[in-house]
Amino acid sequence: MSFDPTRDYPLGSRRPDLVSTLGGTPLAEVTLEAVRAGRISARDARATPETLRRQAAVASAAGRQPLAESLERAAELALVPDGELLEIYTSLRPGRSTAAQLESWAARLDGYGAERTAAFVREAAGVYGQRGLLTRA
Amino acid sequence: MRSRRFEARERRELNRELLVSPHPELGLVAAAGPRDPEPELLVENGVVVRLDGRASPDFDVIDRFVVAHGLDLDVAAEAMELDDLALGRMLVDVDVPRAELVRLARGLTPAKLARVIGLLDPVELMLALKKLRARRVPSNQAHVTNLKESPALLAADAAEAARRGFAEIETTVGVARYAPLNAISLLIGSQTGRPGVMTQCAVEERRNLELAFRGLVSYAETLSVYGTEPVFVDGDDTPWSKAFLGAAYASRGVKVRFTSGTGSEALMGHAQGLSMLYLEARCLAAVRAAGSQGVQNGSISCVALVLSVPGGTRAILGENVLAAWLDLEVASGNDAIASHSEIRKTAKLMGQFLPGTDFVTSGYSVMPRHDNTFGGGNFDADDIDEWLTIQRDWQVDAGIEPVPENEVLRVRETAARAVQAVFAELGLPPVSDGEVEAATVGYDSTEMPDRDRAADTEAADGLLARGVSGLDVALALDRRGFGEIAEAIVSMQRQRISADYLQTAAVIDADGLVHSAVNDPNVYSGPGTGYRLEGDRWQLLQSLPNVVDPAELLGGEADEEPVVLERGEAAKGADPAEVVVAVGPAFADGIRKTISDQSHRDVLEAICEGIRDGGGQPRLVRICRVADVAFIGHAGAQLSGSGIALGIQSKGTAVIHRVDLEPLDNLELFGMSPLYTLASYRAMGQNAAGYALGRRVGPVPTELDNFARAKLIVRTTLLHARETQAVRPGAATVELELAVPVGSG
Repeated sequence: MSFDPTRDYPLGSRRPDLVSTLGGTPLAEVTLEAVRAGRISARDARATPETLRRQAAVASAAGRQPLAESLERAAELALVPDGELLEIYTSLRPGRSTAAQLESWAARLDGYGAERTAAFVREAAGVYGQRGLLTRA
Repeated sequence: MRSRRFEARERRELNRELLVSPHPELGLVAAAGPRDPEPELLVENGVVVRLDGRASPDFDVIDRFVVAHGLDLDVAAEAMELDDLALGRMLVDVDVPRAELVRLARGLTPAKLARVIGLLDPVELMLALKKLRARRVPSNQAHVTNLKESPALLAADAAEAARRGFAEIETTVGVARYAPLNAISLLIGSQTGRPGVMTQCAVEERRNLELAFRGLVSYAETLSVYGTEPVFVDGDDTPWSKAFLGAAYASRGVKVRFTSGTGSEALMGHAQGLSMLYLEARCLAAVRAAGSQGVQNGSISCVALVLSVPGGTRAILGENVLAAWLDLEVASGNDAIASHSEIRKTAKLMGQFLPGTDFVTSGYSVMPRHDNTFGGGNFDADDIDEWLTIQRDWQVDAGIEPVPENEVLRVRETAARAVQAVFAELGLPPVSDGEVEAATVGYDSTEMPDRDRAADTEAADGLLARGVSGLDVALALDRRGFGEIAEAIVSMQRQRISADYLQTAAVIDADGLVHSAVNDPNVYSGPGTGYRLEGDRWQLLQSLPNVVDPAELLGGEADEEPVVLERGEAAKGADPAEVVVAVGPAFADGIRKTISDQSHRDVLEAICEGIRDGGGQPRLVRICRVADVAFIGHAGAQLSGSGIALGIQSKGTAVIHRVDLEPLDNLELFGMSPLYTLASYRAMGQNAAGYALGRRVGPVPTELDNFARAKLIVRTTLLHARETQAVRPGAATVELELAVPVGSG
């Protein structure tokens, strides 16, 4: 059955069939027993990009466009490694990066298929340039 | 020359605080500042060229971010055209749906939003807040910290908080490296008290993200934003970095709430001469644009600064309303200490407490406030009975439930034991039985045995290095026989996977069902609609552990030995020295003690002794047909040889009456029954004898306690109800004599 963002929320209780871990375990099989048996690892026990996109669709259907945008970015970031998330965040803080450094992060995000987030970083670089929030090379 | 009344007032707690007159240049003005810009939005060819007094080349980072991601230009033309007052009226009109107001807000500029909110008075703001709240049912958030960062105490306090109904629990650290230990203690404690409670550990963002990666926390509200560019940058962020961070948290299944609040810009010295409410409108526009589902606002840590200026409390309520209008979940402050004055603090609270917000406080201190390392504790452990009583008084659900002491002790001990087990299982420095015991029953962290803090911080570093996760905590609990808590923690991991709690205003119930503005929205549209405290929930919130069943207090005291013996119908006396002591229908019978706990035998003996000391002759009768003290005394006087009677009700209220007076007149009335001792009753007897013998009589000195009524009015009512039940209309007055006590003579 296809996903209907106006009816299928909460996914966990209404559409568990659509939800799985990052490692592909269906939600219904995420149990203490499965954890005991080592079938679920900590790295896997979080939302997939698909789940986050569905949450974005739910937010959008509820008229919350900026929240939907943020959840779309979250969907893109779900597969970006932890360490790089921290580095991108730090590089976006004021006075941390040159325009070129931000552009290289944007390119890296493009490489992960995180196009919206890449555009967001490029947009930031443009504004930072106009507001004196870049470092000099 | 000084007035001692002025001097006494200066010593009140309130006057530790400084009030200042408005000073707009420094941002010390609550709302409608003289330099706040006129609302303005100019769009040319789909591009915003002017916003609230600025041309696009001069837009700062906040303007640029709001224009790029927040303002909905499809709505803006229509919304900005609306008259300020018309918008203000729509906010309080129950026939204008929330959805319509939320739609219009998308097209309003910060200056317009602030101006419209500024038109509402406090009661209008409360109605608007009730209407605009995102989630149907209000809830509350707890703070759980302690000065020693004791894991057993953190877990016990988290368990109690969860059991008391808090939907979210927040901790922080004194020493940053403790973060993973505190997060684990909170996770275990919360799931012990009530499965589904969400937790966070407020620490620096990188460290916080690391906790998020490991599934040790489920929400974050550390993302602060500010209303001017210099302050934003001083906070080491930009709207873009914060929005990125928000998405990063969400990508790891962490619910995100931004933080803002009036007063921060003035405190940080860059208010740019703008009012607090206008700057908060800019913050909130940025929060919404960044895609946060909600905000913690209501001045938060700057509350005392905002309260120093005129209209501060109203502005804080206004900013909560503004956030709700922008369709954001609101955790509405009331966490940092607002005032030294309990009256002032509570008065401020009512703005959020009565309408109800998504989280009435963004941190109720479950422990005594000196253990609150947030610098919070506006309301704390000692205030819980007051909070519960005020909920009961107003019939309002402000998110805290009464729990009996034995149940609190049970969850506290279980949580402390669970943390002890997990520390042992994960090879962390041991938690002793002494710590478990002190965490269960203790008042605060001063009772906690000291731990080796160097070993704890080292172990905390090790935890992060080993990558210990929420699942590892569940496994450790499972191995040590804490299966239910382990299940609850796995359940929280499932929530992280389905990510439903990322939607606006989400909380999780004990069955694991998410309630958010999507599936459980606030639909208040006037009386009879929306969330109302009734049914089982109202029963729960009114049944405080200290509530007494009046039926129990009404119980008889039957089997006691008699105090008086009835000797038939009383006739009129002839002895001119006779003073009739007329008692009420239940006196020394169905009721045996006065309200001040004097036994009726002792009271009668004292009165009779006083009458004899005064040269009179006591004679006891019972008035059966009335319960009112004036009529009891008056009826007694009709039978008295001297024409003087002392009437007394079972609760101890007495009167000296004379045969020729109107029933409601008297010689002396003793209405403060809770204050009378046996010496008082002896003195009343003496005075009655004095009147009988025609001597000059000075009134019996009486004290005044204006609190006696508040303290005893319920008991008075119950005692009087029993006296009234004993009334037999038309029954004759009965002659009495004191019974000889068993074992005497």
